Amino acid sequence: MSDWEVVIGLEIHAQLATRSKIFSGAATAYGAPPNSQASLVDLAYPGVLPVLNAEAVRMAVKFGLAIGAQIAERSIFARKNYFYPDLPKGYQISQYEQPVVGRGAIDIVLDDGVRKTVGITRAHLEEDAGKSLHEGLAHASGIDLNRAGTPLLEIVSEPDMRSAKEAVAYMKKLHTLVRYLEICDGNMQEGSFRCDANVSVRPRGREKFGTRAEIKNLNSFRFVEKAIHYEVARQVELLESGGHVIQETRLYDSDKDETRSMRSKEEANDYRYFPDPDLLPLQIGREFIESVRATLPELPDQKAARFAAGFELSAYDAGVLSASRELGAYFEAVVDAVGAPHAKLAANWVMGELSSALNRDSLEIRDARVDPRALGGLLQRIVDATISGKIAKDVFEAMWSEGQDADAIIAAKGLRQITDTGAIAAVIDAVIAANPKQLADYRAGKDKLFGFFIGQVMKATEGKANPAQLNELLRAKLGGA
Amino acid sequence: MSLSRQDVEKIAHLARLLISEQQMPVYVTSLSAILAFVDQLAKVDTAGVAPMAHPLAGQTQRLRTDEVTETDQHDKYQANASAVQGGLYLVPRVIE
Repeated sequence: MSDWEVVIGLEIHAQLATRSKIFSGAATAYGAPPNSQASLVDLAYPGVLPVLNAEAVRMAVKFGLAIGAQIAERSIFARKNYFYPDLPKGYQISQYEQPVVGRGAIDIVLDDGVRKTVGITRAHLEEDAGKSLHEGLAHASGIDLNRAGTPLLEIVSEPDMRSAKEAVAYMKKLHTLVRYLEICDGNMQEGSFRCDANVSVRPRGREKFGTRAEIKNLNSFRFVEKAIHYEVARQVELLESGGHVIQETRLYDSDKDETRSMRSKEEANDYRYFPDPDLLPLQIGREFIESVRATLPELPDQKAARFAAGFELSAYDAGVLSASRELGAYFEAVVDAVGAPHAKLAANWVMGELSSALNRDSLEIRDARVDPRALGGLLQRIVDATISGKIAKDVFEAMWSEGQDADAIIAAKGLRQITDTGAIAAVIDAVIAANPKQLADYRAGKDKLFGFFIGQVMKATEGKANPAQLNELLRAKLGGA
Repeated sequence: MSLSRQDVEKIAHLARLLISEQQMPVYVTSLSAILAFVDQLAKVDTAGVAPMAHPLAGQTQRLRTDEVTETDQHDKYQANASAVQGGLYLVPRVIE
């Protein structure tokens, strides 16, 4: 059996979060009534001229700086010619020979903790196309050009990924990055962040790449992974049975979980790029670049490194907590409230109880029903031994559903931990007195009955006995003290 | 430069133009003649001259501020469309 190596490169289209379109003053808001945001420029009426949106340029430069790329001092817009009903001009304004963002790279972290650098070939500015709708229309397609002219940053990777998992890790990292930079809302359901995957296989050890297929229409991390798995299996099967892969565009059908050839695109792949005479070269000065650099936020890798070093968190924890700016800010606010020495406790609660409550209720971090200060207040009560970690989970649930702070719930429900040695001792005495047989067995060597006594005391105190104190007292008493 | 019949057929297809059998030789000849005319430019020595992306030498693209300046006028813009429904332009069915 042959051993195949998978080679993947991704083209990611990120819609830039501008208010107006890249070449017109029409709005870019999602979900508006059909064609209500399509201006004469977007509709390609004769005689109109595109004028470039400064904010789209600024966002592209911001991205370029974040991946350590060269920003082109001079870049050119080109026409990519093809016919499709959702492209009224008959060409898409894009960049071809001289894109605004040159070569850069990002690091991804794989499941086994290994870091890998993925090269980014280029990123260029272009306009999105409109949308074709088919449902409820007999023998016709409906065209909505609201999306036509929405600014896109197309981010082209090197063929550096060797598995579907690596491709997904890369895509997630870019998704995190564009949201950190606030240049894209990252909403994949609405198509703000989409992906085409170039997939090929080659016998392991061979340098020359195999023939690739380009898979379109990947709008979720899961679909990227599944489509690549399907496509790799298809190509390997084809090659092992003596066939060959043809270079083509394939569409991923998530319902059938398969890729299939888009025959209509085969001949159309002759785009006849040429410089768009309607647009002059884009000049980007050093001063402008430096002014954008000054607006760069702390980047995901920097934040993760700071969390790991400053709060003594594992690389995994630091990575999870820096996955979005909002989550990072929430975590830091909890640490502020509970104190830096307890950062690990804060990390556990943010990644544990808080994340599962958010997941359960399908909420985003900004909609969390317990704010970071309140969560910090709860953790403080664990730290000062007012309640145990176990009781704290119940308090958290009550805070989540009732919106009160921890102290109010602890007081109202009488959950304060029993730390009075005398009170705990009294309960232990009563439990021992009530269970003479277990006592005798324990003293005869059945050590595991220790847990039984702990359970009985916790039951009698409704879980409120301080665990450390209980442990110590019980051991002494069972020992015959 | 001279175009073959296949070249013209391909260009016609890419441009979505239907060229009749009778017209084809005319296009092959006349398009080849246009290219030959333009080919005279290739005789100019351009060694050491940086390629231009635009005839307006030295000028650069002006930028606009990111403001919404357009209002919804789709009813006017769609007045000359051959078919619309619910705000959508209707075209012959296209589906992948």
